[in-house]
Amino acid sequence: MKPGISTQVGAIKLERPTMLASGILGISLDVFARLYKEGAGALVTKSLSKEPWEGYANPTLIGVKAGYLNAVGLSNPGAPYFAKMISSNKTIPIIVSLVGSVEEDFTFMIKQFENVKILGYELNLSCPHVAKVGLEVGDDSELVHKIVKSVKSHSKVPVIAKVGLGSSDYLETVRVACEAGIDAITAINTVRAMAIDVETARPILSNKIGGLSGPAIKPIAVRCVYEISSKFDIPIIGCGGVSSWEDAIEFILAGSSAVQIGSALGDKWIGVFSEINNGISKYMEKKGFTKIKEMVGSAKRF
Amino acid sequence: MQRDFDKPTVVKIEKVIEETPTVRTLVFSDEVLANVLPGQFAMVWIPGVNELPMSVMASLEKEKAAFTVRKHGAASTALYGIKVGEYIGVRGPYGNSFSIKQGKLLLVGGGTGLVPLIRLLTFLKKTDEVTVLMGAKTKGEVFFEKMANHILENNKHQVIAVTEDGSYGKAGLVTDVMERLLSETKFDAVYTCGPEKMMHKVIQLASEKKIPCQASLERMMKCGMGICGSCCVEEVLVCRDGTVFDSEYLLSNKEFGYTHRNKAGILENY
Repeated sequence: MKPGISTQVGAIKLERPTMLASGILGISLDVFARLYKEGAGALVTKSLSKEPWEGYANPTLIGVKAGYLNAVGLSNPGAPYFAKMISSNKTIPIIVSLVGSVEEDFTFMIKQFENVKILGYELNLSCPHVAKVGLEVGDDSELVHKIVKSVKSHSKVPVIAKVGLGSSDYLETVRVACEAGIDAITAINTVRAMAIDVETARPILSNKIGGLSGPAIKPIAVRCVYEISSKFDIPIIGCGGVSSWEDAIEFILAGSSAVQIGSALGDKWIGVFSEINNGISKYMEKKGFTKIKEMVGSAKRF
Repeated sequence: MQRDFDKPTVVKIEKVIEETPTVRTLVFSDEVLANVLPGQFAMVWIPGVNELPMSVMASLEKEKAAFTVRKHGAASTALYGIKVGEYIGVRGPYGNSFSIKQGKLLLVGGGTGLVPLIRLLTFLKKTDEVTVLMGAKTKGEVFFEKMANHILENNKHQVIAVTEDGSYGKAGLVTDVMERLLSETKFDAVYTCGPEKMMHKVIQLASEKKIPCQASLERMMKCGMGICGSCCVEEVLVCRDGTVFDSEYLLSNKEFGYTHRNKAGILENY
């Protein structure tokens, strides 16, 4: 039997396990349509806030060895504008990423998408470079509990929490989110990092500190997926440096049901989705798997 | 050490050329940017200020690269103010380039949109017959005329300045002059770069005459390498799929010529 690469993250069904990570290319429905056609299983939007945000001044994204360093500053057109922009969507599997500081921010934004066809929400509890949101929320387990509880009671679609490495134990964030009823976890976000130019002796990013993505963080992300999947009974989406089918399989073996791809677009551009999908399919055929599910977390048996 | 193309490489400005009271060309040594294709750009870091996408200008000196900047916003004004001996960071090159055709070629540029077109001139064959139209508001804003004539000295060519107020060269809009030229001469290709409304008209005129035409687009950019999505025009990314697009594609694009996105990603009308 030919293997199928469709997968399921809790109640979220995906035709393919390769999703576009939040923050990447995610501001127009036309671009989403193109990436879906290119093989992405789902498209996660840029993190949306209540109001439009311009983000930081450039440089906001630069290459470093084995990855990218960014502090874009969560620039986005705001949830109301975005909801209107994708309101005509019928067929594209979109997951809306939300960022905010308090429960009311999130419930306001969910209201905007009430009549829009989306697969689910991803709560950004882990952006490492903007004050009062992202990791600063994720590090506060009481606040995480309140936000997840409130979002879950307002949302008609599944809700995912994206966690990252902040100043508190990310496993505690996962635990609290699970307790509050979260449907799935995305792990991980970029890792707080910086780069300084030696000629001018200046930090290069305008925000000085940003988040590191790409191959440099992949082993960290694999470890996190493995730890979460070992400790909690929760669907996981692996994210961090996936740039080949081997990387995707590694995340699946560690315990994730799907992966998100971001930085790899820099090197491989939009062909990366079909390349990874094909590689996963061939691997499954070779190893005799018929469903992604059969592989999820299988490295844990050792 | 192998150069990391996506991280700014800091270079020292060696020469500043005053093009007009608001436009300067900054020249520096960089063998990578000295050899890029016409239409390609670099992200230019003005330390402590900002980083801007800049089309790479032609330099007539070997292994020298250049950018031409008009002071406009805070970042471009800071770049314009960079002095000899000061530093900027460059990363890239990024983007595609003009496909180089042969025969009777027409280049239509406005303002600093002339930059990739002047670079294109250095890639043309001596057998090409080249017409360059340079649009400007007024006499004081005409630049690159001498340089274009110099690059084309061994070609059959004409460089025509067009000013809106008629203070220099031909009077009117560059597209009006283009329309007249198209009725007299059968061109083999048209290349354009400049204000988007101008380019929109240029590709319409070229396509009416069924002449292959390419335009180099400008958009607000953050990463420059196809990651952040800021520069999307419908489903294409100017930094990665462009900056150069064929006219047939652009005429089918609903955003080109009408809207662009601001820093938050909201569409605004031109």
